[in-house]
Amino acid sequence: MIDMTLRQTLLALQDEYISTLDTDALELWPEMFVEDCLYEIIPKENADLGLPAPVIYCDSKAMLRDRVVSLRNANIFQPAIYRHFISGLSFLTEADGTVEMRCSYLVINTSQLGQSTVYQTGRYHDVVVQRDGRWLFKSKRAIYDTSRIQTALAIPI
Amino acid sequence: MTAPPLDLLQPDAPPTIVPPSPDGSRVPYSVFTSQAIYDREQERIFRGPTWSFLGLEAEIKQPGDFKSTFIGDTPVVMTRTEDGALAAWVNRCAHRGAMVCRQLRGNAASHACVYHQWRYDLEGNLYGVPFLRGLNGQAGMPADFDRSKNGLRKLRVESYAGLVFATFSETVEPLADYIGPVMGGFIDRIFHKPVAYLGCTRQFSNSNWKLYLENVKDPYHASLLHLFHTTFNIFRVGMKAHCVTDGRHGMHSIIMAIKEEQAETSEAYKEQKIRAFDSGFALEDDSILALVPEYEVMATNHIQPIFPQLVIQQIHNTLVARQLLPKGPNAFELVFHFFGYEDDTPEMRKLRIKQANLVGPAGYISMEDTEATELVQQGVVRDGRATSVIDMAKDAPEQSDTLITEKLIRSFWAGYSTLMGFEAADPFGAALA
Repeated sequence: MIDMTLRQTLLALQDEYISTLDTDALELWPEMFVEDCLYEIIPKENADLGLPAPVIYCDSKAMLRDRVVSLRNANIFQPAIYRHFISGLSFLTEADGTVEMRCSYLVINTSQLGQSTVYQTGRYHDVVVQRDGRWLFKSKRAIYDTSRIQTALAIPI
Repeated sequence: MTAPPLDLLQPDAPPTIVPPSPDGSRVPYSVFTSQAIYDREQERIFRGPTWSFLGLEAEIKQPGDFKSTFIGDTPVVMTRTEDGALAAWVNRCAHRGAMVCRQLRGNAASHACVYHQWRYDLEGNLYGVPFLRGLNGQAGMPADFDRSKNGLRKLRVESYAGLVFATFSETVEPLADYIGPVMGGFIDRIFHKPVAYLGCTRQFSNSNWKLYLENVKDPYHASLLHLFHTTFNIFRVGMKAHCVTDGRHGMHSIIMAIKEEQAETSEAYKEQKIRAFDSGFALEDDSILALVPEYEVMATNHIQPIFPQLVIQQIHNTLVARQLLPKGPNAFELVFHFFGYEDDTPEMRKLRIKQANLVGPAGYISMEDTEATELVQQGVVRDGRATSVIDMAKDAPEQSDTLITEKLIRSFWAGYSTLMGFEAADPFGAALA
């Protein structure tokens, strides 16, 4: 059973994560990861079969920063609002300052015309570590159920 | 208040559809919106004299392995039989029409419809009918009921270099002839040794499937829509290009962008004041743009549509067989089948996965494509007789070494018109009415 204080701390970390994305503070998003992190968005269909094909796969914080620079300066996509909701946070292991945790997520997309639709549901599989008093993601895998991605996926999940 | 004229109260007259111009350079927008045209495509193209891509042999390696997929919008299943051969059938029970196979993929020795347990072997032959002879002396099926005549609708199946295709047609030429020698050579370039399936991703677009085919036959847009190239100085108009069709019906094609050491065209861009050309950005981790030599020709991009359902793609070292599935006049789905080679080193396999960031729904150099096709779909509403203007490099039909051309699109529309029976002698409007 995980300590309640730690549980509160890590729940706050998840809240900070989705808040960073939902407020378009993309430049702060890589700062929530360690340097040699793994960030991945992969369909459940592949994860279940042990197949590696991802939608996004970044194995360093530098790659996360590259994604942000590209989104800000190179890529063209419909401006839309994404809101993340998380639930069911559970803890798998805790040892030597490393915690493995999971939760469900829901992303609602609101188009410029004002229509809100479910964009994606899935599970975050996270490994977090403490560095200089701050919890950071060592690994974050967004394993999504909504296998048919509508139009495109620009903003990180 | 006077009543409106009577003709305004009449239902719409049957649509009279203007066919594309014979040279394929003027295409009426109704081809992207009309339900009547969509229905005709299902009959004349997807159930006509074409071979549709279903998947990779590497997805169904063991006897009994199967995958549910589509030809056009008809659900079909491809499977490997006990003797290792390939089979495909329409996923509809011969009894009352229910879908027999309800899973995306799996392994099964036979397939039974859940509704009344009619059971079929892997080739689609019916062998099990519960209460065939009735029960306790009561009547079952008629004595002349012939199981051999009530199997699943079987399709012709062939594979080319590990790519599985099927057709409804009894008369279409064998697959290798349908692909043709020119396109076959380019497929062999990629499929020159056994491949390993790495999983798939799916993307759904609210636009017509032919807009996507136009997109993969359109090298002109590459450096203009996808600014990742120019922002990070990757893919330049001045790269050596190779754009050709199959040279037969003109429906298959390839675009190759071939790497040259000194392709310096930033001046050309600046002169034309193309938006956002900016050499000030650099990737911190540029390994996603590595190009490990694997083939004789060092191409950064190999984009090869095999009409109607397949696009073979090599972009740097990431390899994909894209399956294009129409979902009504206003929607299509793309299924990206990622693959590598069986003999990949762990490093090479990792590079392929890393370079998956370039392609697919979140791809650095592809995420704009469905955006663009949806913008067309939204733009062409209500103006079915207005046409697109597809003229780039029209005066130089023999030119194949430039990316600034729309000749592959013109060739596609010319072939499409023939397949659809849009000849002047058979006005489409009359045929529909």
